[in-house]
Amino acid sequence: MLFSSLSEKLQETFRRLKGKGKLTEKDVDLALREVRLALLEADVNYKVVKNFISLLKERTLGTEVLKSLTPGQQVVKIVYEELVRLMGETQSKLAPLDNPPRALMMVGLQGSGKTTTAAKLASLLQKNGYRPLLVAADVYRPAAIRQLEVLGKETGIAVFSMGKDDPVKIALQALKEAEREGNDYVILDTAGRLHINKELMAELSSLKEKIKPLEILLVVDAMTGQDAVNAAQAFHEQLGLTGVILTKLDGDTRGGAALSVRAVTNCPIKFVGVGEKIDAFEPFYPDRMASRILGMGDMLSLIEKAQQVVDEEKSRALEKKLRGQSLTLEDFLEQLQQVKQMGPLENLLEMIPGFNKAAKQFKNISLDEKQLVRSEAIISSMTKKERLQPEIINSSRRRRIAMGSGTTVQDVNRLLKQFDQMKKILKQVGSLEKGKIKHRGIFPF
Amino acid sequence: MLDKFIKGLHRTREAFKSRFDFLFGNKEINQEFFDELEEILLTADVGVETTAKIIDSLGKRLREAKIRERSPAREILKELLVEILEADHKTGLSLAPAPPTVFLILGVNGVGKTTTIAKMAYRFTREGKKVLLAAGDTFRAAAIEQLDEWSGVVGAGIIKHQSGGDPSAVMYDAVSAAVARNVDILICDTAGRLHTKTNLLEEIKKIYRVINKSLQDAPHEILLVLDATTGQNAVAQARYFQEAVPISGLILTKLDGTARGGIVIAVKDLTGIPLKLVGVGEKKEDLQAFNASEFIEALLS
Ligand SMILES: Nc1nc2c(ncn2[C@@H]2O[C@H](COP(=O)(O)OP(=O)(O)O)[C@@H](O)[C@H]2O)c(=O)[nH]1
Ligand SMILES: [Mg+2]
Repeated sequence: MLFSSLSEKLQETFRRLKGKGKLTEKDVDLALREVRLALLEADVNYKVVKNFISLLKERTLGTEVLKSLTPGQQVVKIVYEELVRLMGETQSKLAPLDNPPRALMMVGLQGSGKTTTAAKLASLLQKNGYRPLLVAADVYRPAAIRQLEVLGKETGIAVFSMGKDDPVKIALQALKEAEREGNDYVILDTAGRLHINKELMAELSSLKEKIKPLEILLVVDAMTGQDAVNAAQAFHEQLGLTGVILTKLDGDTRGGAALSVRAVTNCPIKFVGVGEKIDAFEPFYPDRMASRILGMGDMLSLIEKAQQVVDEEKSRALEKKLRGQSLTLEDFLEQLQQVKQMGPLENLLEMIPGFNKAAKQFKNISLDEKQLVRSEAIISSMTKKERLQPEIINSSRRRRIAMGSGTTVQDVNRLLKQFDQMKKILKQVGSLEKGKIKHRGIFPF
Repeated sequence: MLDKFIKGLHRTREAFKSRFDFLFGNKEINQEFFDELEEILLTADVGVETTAKIIDSLGKRLREAKIRERSPAREILKELLVEILEADHKTGLSLAPAPPTVFLILGVNGVGKTTTIAKMAYRFTREGKKVLLAAGDTFRAAAIEQLDEWSGVVGAGIIKHQSGGDPSAVMYDAVSAAVARNVDILICDTAGRLHTKTNLLEEIKKIYRVINKSLQDAPHEILLVLDATTGQNAVAQARYFQEAVPISGLILTKLDGTARGGIVIAVKDLTGIPLKLVGVGEKKEDLQAFNASEFIEALLS
């Protein structure tokens, strides 16, 4: 799904307005209407959007936006900056550990991902030299204790459990055990509950009172819609949250819940879950989240990743070639080598706005990792001339290349066909994306 | 303490009443009316596109019927929403003409698939039917144990393999066992998967093929579980899953919370997949057949 980006829509709005000379407050309203729709589509809460828009209006009217040549882009810039500011500007960390052992309480609605997140957090702490203890305090959901035990075994992290006992008793025992065993962080996996369930919310309050946790972290599913504010507010009022963890950000949700939750609790988002594997866990970056909510893709993550391996000038030259359709197998080989260093192709493509579909198409021509190695071998066995002018590769050359690379003629044929298809797809995507994404020296594959 | 509670309750009722009066009281229909309606729909996760569509059609119908007062507009709105939810709607779950009937349950992580399967099984065992469960989530830690525990609670059999095994193989065994043991209903659990993971969608296709090859016309329903708290992403979920296998219905869980689940209106409107069952709690009894008119009533309040 190629959604037309907010900046494009705004540009269009202002283009229509340009003809009528001086722009007015009403024109700004029209532009902000687009912003409003984009935010609502991203699941930012209705009321949060309302407040945000009036804040934007103030800023837009107070600046030189309207006189600028690119008012659309100016508005996007303001929206982006304000979003980043609202979500916390910088990355925030766990509270400093004093008097260990201290508890970290994971709380949240059912199915938000608390158990997996508890294990992920523990594993991250362990990697940083700490000695966490996981505590199975979800005594309600069938096999929840077992789930934590399995995760503990996988990661080599100790798990404390007492079966289906009283969660407060379990937590207190766990703290004692941590003291004895020299654990520093005690991570409590609590049962999922509805914020309107008085009894279960009271259980969390008394847990808090008894164990005096270092942090109470609300685990929120990034796909949550308008209701995110109700749950977050209720948990915050009852417990006094210290932070938020967003999960399931590896999907294609725009994640407006991040803004909603931040707005109603004013608690920093500390980490994000980006996959089912234990190490799919990252610090939260407000700027990346802002681009994502605005449908500008996770550009910054991608840029960061790409910059580690891609030489800027080279890729710019390559991009030019692509647009001009003069991509050669030589370039292809170079890119393959870079891709190998960048990690799974699919992940990379999914981060770019509008490339989800392309990611799928690439999948269809099966550019998996094994294939990459084979492709590399095939291209390496070609002469320079063949790489620059693949059309000269006739059947006897194909046989020679196959022999040289330890592959078959079919493999060579497939590669040439892929290369051809790839050029076509990239040409399509390239022309659609043109002008939308600022290519800061990256070429996306 | 009690006093405070009653006051609080009073306040909610007041707020509710005034908004309700505002929307459908004895006033004429103006822009404000549509703005307020827009807010109600958007805050219920109906989504920008479908909300716009609903407001357009309502405006049209009101003009056609020459209605200028708000109170009769309510019925028309309700009618319109029920129509969207019920269009081309086959009510209830389809059962095979001869047992076993096979249900395949899909959805993203944590929406409530396994719990819903337990609730469905309970409904059928209570009717005296013989139910078998297939532990197809071989991926998530202790997912098999979770279903196993439930199977005991609701009185259903279970077919399970080792954790980490091939889910298609579990399905193959489960279908064979269902036939051999004269089971009435086989319900297949699957691992939660985000719809953006191409390889996991391939796995679902394979599961579907295996079931279909093992038993003609099976699975008889492929049900996608959606969480009522989910926002607009549910539409993407439905679209991607639908592309992989023929989804026949939705199950909306967690309606016992404060989320109103308006997303199913958008999903029905944009993909045509009808809602069949709703989950209203964590216990085995907490499953209901979907009733469009009641659902809309709750959504608008
Ligand atoms: N409140 C509420 N919780 C539910 C409902 N359905 C499932 N859950 C809970 O949601 C969590 C995830 O459910 P589970 O069945 O494991 O989800 P799965 O990962 O999709 O199989 C569990 O804690 C369930 O008890 C429902 O209708 N209401
Ligand atoms: Mg499950």
